[in-house]
Amino acid sequence: MVYENPEGIRIGLEIHIQLNKLKTKMFCGCSTDYHNAAPNTHTCPVCLGLPGALPVLNKKAVEAAIKVGLALEGEIAEETQFHRKNYFYPDLPKGFQITQYDFPIVSKGKVVIEGEDGEHTVGITRAHMEEDPGKLVHIGSIGKSKGVLIDYNRSGMPLIETVTEPDMRSPKEARRFLDKFRNILEYLDVFDGNLEGAMRVDANVSVHWGTRVEVKNISSHKGVERALLYEIMRQKNVIRRGGKVSQETRHFDEGRGVTLSMRTKEEAEDYRYFREPDLMPMRVTDWISAIKETLPELPDAKRARFMEQYGITDMHARSLTSKIMLADFYEGVSAKGADPKFAATWTADVFLGELNYRDLAISSYDGERIGFIHAKDPRIKNSFKVSDMVELINLFAEGKISDRAAVEVIRTMLDTTEEKTPSRIIEEKGLFKAEDDLVTKAVAEAIAENEAAVQDYLGGTEKSLNFLVGQVMKKTKGTADAKTARELIVKELKG
Amino acid sequence: MITKEDVEHIGWLARIDISEQETVEYMEKLNSVLGYFGQLDELQTEDVAPTYHVAEIYNVFRDDMVKDCLPQEVVLANTEHKQDGTFRVPKIG
Ligand SMILES: [Zn+2]
Repeated sequence: MVYENPEGIRIGLEIHIQLNKLKTKMFCGCSTDYHNAAPNTHTCPVCLGLPGALPVLNKKAVEAAIKVGLALEGEIAEETQFHRKNYFYPDLPKGFQITQYDFPIVSKGKVVIEGEDGEHTVGITRAHMEEDPGKLVHIGSIGKSKGVLIDYNRSGMPLIETVTEPDMRSPKEARRFLDKFRNILEYLDVFDGNLEGAMRVDANVSVHWGTRVEVKNISSHKGVERALLYEIMRQKNVIRRGGKVSQETRHFDEGRGVTLSMRTKEEAEDYRYFREPDLMPMRVTDWISAIKETLPELPDAKRARFMEQYGITDMHARSLTSKIMLADFYEGVSAKGADPKFAATWTADVFLGELNYRDLAISSYDGERIGFIHAKDPRIKNSFKVSDMVELINLFAEGKISDRAAVEVIRTMLDTTEEKTPSRIIEEKGLFKAEDDLVTKAVAEAIAENEAAVQDYLGGTEKSLNFLVGQVMKKTKGTADAKTARELIVKELKG
Repeated sequence: MITKEDVEHIGWLARIDISEQETVEYMEKLNSVLGYFGQLDELQTEDVAPTYHVAEIYNVFRDDMVKDCLPQEVVLANTEHKQDGTFRVPKIG
């Protein structure tokens, strides 16, 4: 099946990611660990743009950019350098941003995503290094702003801006691209997507192969789909009413879920780019082979290996490799003696499902436990031990607990930070599977106490059997296996 | 050729006010500078690689090692416009 793209939608993305795993900023030794710090405590003459301060490039940032370029299957430039992009805005203390212009470090890459019609390739035009501006806080609402407060802690944070070709054909594909992109970056260990401001996205979108509109200020990978859905609907409405979509830049208002026109006099050519005289050009292609050797196994390769090595389905392998920390956790669980197929089901379906339901995002894995934090409230944290998952899966595999009980144990463990093993929880909650004679006793009681239901069932009303099974489950507090209970009742009544 | 409108636009980009008289003056000066570059353009440079830095230096890096930052009060020492550890500036746009 080939996706026809009936509405002629073209979406391209520009993604800024912070290299927040580095210890220091792009051009100075200020720490990147500013997220919980008081304002303007992580700054120096360089990132404050004080006169006479000289930027010196962080070598690790260049290595990270090359890593990203290789993972995107791009070309690394023979020679690359920085430019100044000139504009006035208070978040930019120097009056220009140091960025790359016509010689970006990476060009011509690609990412394969799960598209509308199976595998779909999204071209990467370029990826380049630049510095982050400071952070502005408006006093009062933006419309009636009384002033602006500036914190330069973020100023000079190392960024990589990646620009894609307009190859995505739906908001869903755009979201899938971002998920995959983020996943690759986390595999490379250059980026922690859970930190505030770690990823910012601008999108360009057109319908009916028409005029491109830029949508700026999308702050989350979830926001992308919403912003694009709104913007596509808006453009279609303009055309339906006989109007023309005008080429413009719009601003996404995340709270209201709408895009708003922003008028700006400064067009691209007005940035007066010129070469940054304080930074020397780079020739780093001789680093490539050494960096290649440090590249980890990337998501697609890991997925293929999981299917091969553990004999699990494509869907499970896809889900497990969608986060490097989850993939490592799964391998930890399998290595410690849990059946890999059971482990896939319990990790990818149940465990991940329960995390998503609670809005918990995986944030760490140290070989013994996987940690997660609440997506909206980072104060809520918890973790889950490999050994606990192994124990739980083995209890289930040995038939000592029902699947319902196993799910309940996972839920209990996610809802408390108390350290308790699965066996302890199972014991406390009385979740061990009822012994067969207990079930037999419950069946006998259920039949004796519900004469009417028994007669109805014998008279042909199948529903009544469900009622009797329900009674057995109630008497055994859900520990009986429903299938066994049903068989026992039928055997008892019909011989 | 640089026109009066170009000069006004450049003035706006640099956020400086330029009077009517200055606009004409700058237009003439800028055109004279461009004229000089026009002379350079007559040279045959097709086989010459562009020079961006006079020093043939490449690959100047530093290690990813944290250094001390400035204390907040030092950062804010040169301004009277501060609030809760931040710089306070007028609203934008
Ligand atoms: Zn600094």
